[in-house]
Amino acid sequence: MASRITTSDASRPIAALLVTAAVAIVGLLIVVPLVAVFAEAFAPGVAAWWRALTGDPDTRHAIWLSLTVAPVAVAINTVFGVAAAWLVARFRFPGRSLLISFFDVPFSVSPVVAGLAIVLIFGRQGLLGPTLAWLDWKVIFAWPGLVLATTFVTLPLVVRELIPVMEAIGPDEEMAAVSLGANGWQVFWRVTLPNIRWALLHGIVLANARAMGEFGAVYVVSGHIAGATDTMPLRVEKLFQEYRQPASMAVASVLAGLALVTLVVKFVIEHRLAAEARDLERARSADGTTHDATLEAA
Amino acid sequence: MIAFAIDSLPLTVPPTASGRDGGRRRRRPAVLPGFATSAAITSIVVLSLIVFPLAVLVLRAASLGPGGFLAAAWTPRARAAYAVSLGASLIAAVLSSVLGLVVAWVLARIRFPGRRLLDALVDIPLALPTAVAGLVYSSLYVPKGWLGQWLVPLGIKGAYSYLGIVLVLVFVSLPFAIRVVQPVIESLDRDTEEAARILGASRLQTFLRVVLPGILPAFVTGFALSLARALGEYGSVVFISGNMPFKTEIAPVLIVSRLEEFAYAEATTVAVLLLAMSLTLLIVVNTLQQRLARNAQ
Repeated sequence: MASRITTSDASRPIAALLVTAAVAIVGLLIVVPLVAVFAEAFAPGVAAWWRALTGDPDTRHAIWLSLTVAPVAVAINTVFGVAAAWLVARFRFPGRSLLISFFDVPFSVSPVVAGLAIVLIFGRQGLLGPTLAWLDWKVIFAWPGLVLATTFVTLPLVVRELIPVMEAIGPDEEMAAVSLGANGWQVFWRVTLPNIRWALLHGIVLANARAMGEFGAVYVVSGHIAGATDTMPLRVEKLFQEYRQPASMAVASVLAGLALVTLVVKFVIEHRLAAEARDLERARSADGTTHDATLEAA
Repeated sequence: MIAFAIDSLPLTVPPTASGRDGGRRRRRPAVLPGFATSAAITSIVVLSLIVFPLAVLVLRAASLGPGGFLAAAWTPRARAAYAVSLGASLIAAVLSSVLGLVVAWVLARIRFPGRRLLDALVDIPLALPTAVAGLVYSSLYVPKGWLGQWLVPLGIKGAYSYLGIVLVLVFVSLPFAIRVVQPVIESLDRDTEEAARILGASRLQTFLRVVLPGILPAFVTGFALSLARALGEYGSVVFISGNMPFKTEIAPVLIVSRLEEFAYAEATTVAVLLLAMSLTLLIVVNTLQQRLARNAQ
């Protein structure tokens, strides 16, 4: 961390060249497309942009559907993330590292493969198809399928944020609370949650962004029925297929705006997280015994 | 209660007769509450959302038997799709990790105005929905697009082409390549590099002999992560590739189109092959990251 080096004189041309290259790479691959989304979306005028978003009932429904699917997926993720992080960061048990590697599976599996697996279970030809038909429940081509697919692809996001933070904080404070007579819920609400709140929020923000933007898995399970199972990203694709580029760009610009908001929030939270990590470090070095003991236990 | 409380502070209490290692290992679960609840929630979610669906997928493919599996998974169209998927993903992963190395190096080593902004911009592909990326990339590279109007007359077709697939795959995988390498460059020991320079090594020699060995594991991890991301990508590619069978159709697109034809056997077998590739890459990445963590210590 101490390596705040100013490059030596001789290397200045190289440094300048490298900076130019990096700016060109990020500019061409990331900034130009991002600017183009907004430029093209607003090219027909703000009024036309607004009409494209609100005038079409199918687009309105897609926005509404995204706003109802994502929070449910994020809520499931939050409960799972906290429980799984607690389990993995506070207990040692056989199969623990296998379990941790399972958390990563949704990241590496293609969303399309995940969607197909859900269809094979809940589809009409699927494993539970006949049972669901008998119960008259629709999962595939319906809201529950969208939630399942979205939950699958976002599953690692919260838990992956929490595990390192909980490992770093260590169990001392929680054990102190227990020894003073606190029950499980009290420990969680009064000790654990305040400690992990920024990391949890970070995970929730990331999961929400991914949930709002998920395409592949949702595409497979939705059946893309306009006005029924099209989420915002699916609506972008359908408008594009119908050669309604301006309307498609308008919906895309809303998603891109959401991505930018996510990044700003993420940036702020990361600063808080870094500040808390520094506080933790300072507290540790002030109390050497705790530090050693935690290291030993880890 | 008090006895229990004192006993529940294993970090300050000397180990009991149960033996040092076993004692500490077993005491932690006994102390903190919530093992049963968190284990129940975790296993229900992992089993029902991850293990069960993927097991169903694999069993469904296995039920075809070896002959049936091959017949469904190894059709000429499927083979072409694997070739496009693997080829475009490999090219994209190489580009991402090399370009990512440049960006990571600049962010980690060089101070210049706008560095923090550049650092923040790197995360955009992680937050931007892939459908948006695909849509805007195709609109940029069509003959009338911002970039296409200059590139298409030169014979560079970025939209509805193989090149288009590579472009969006680089876009989606670039942050992975950068974010894995960047912290490793930051943690490199500058003194060794300076020593090499003082002892007469050229800039290039210093980079190849001193810097590169230090960042190689991270570089390879970044490459593998980019490759995994690129292999599974669907949302952005579907907008820009044109999805022509035998030419620009990737494996995930083939899965979807087989599924829409209700050709479940074909869709499932292609998906299982793709899944096997992803899981292999996941294992490679995990192994590399463990090595990386060990090197850091």
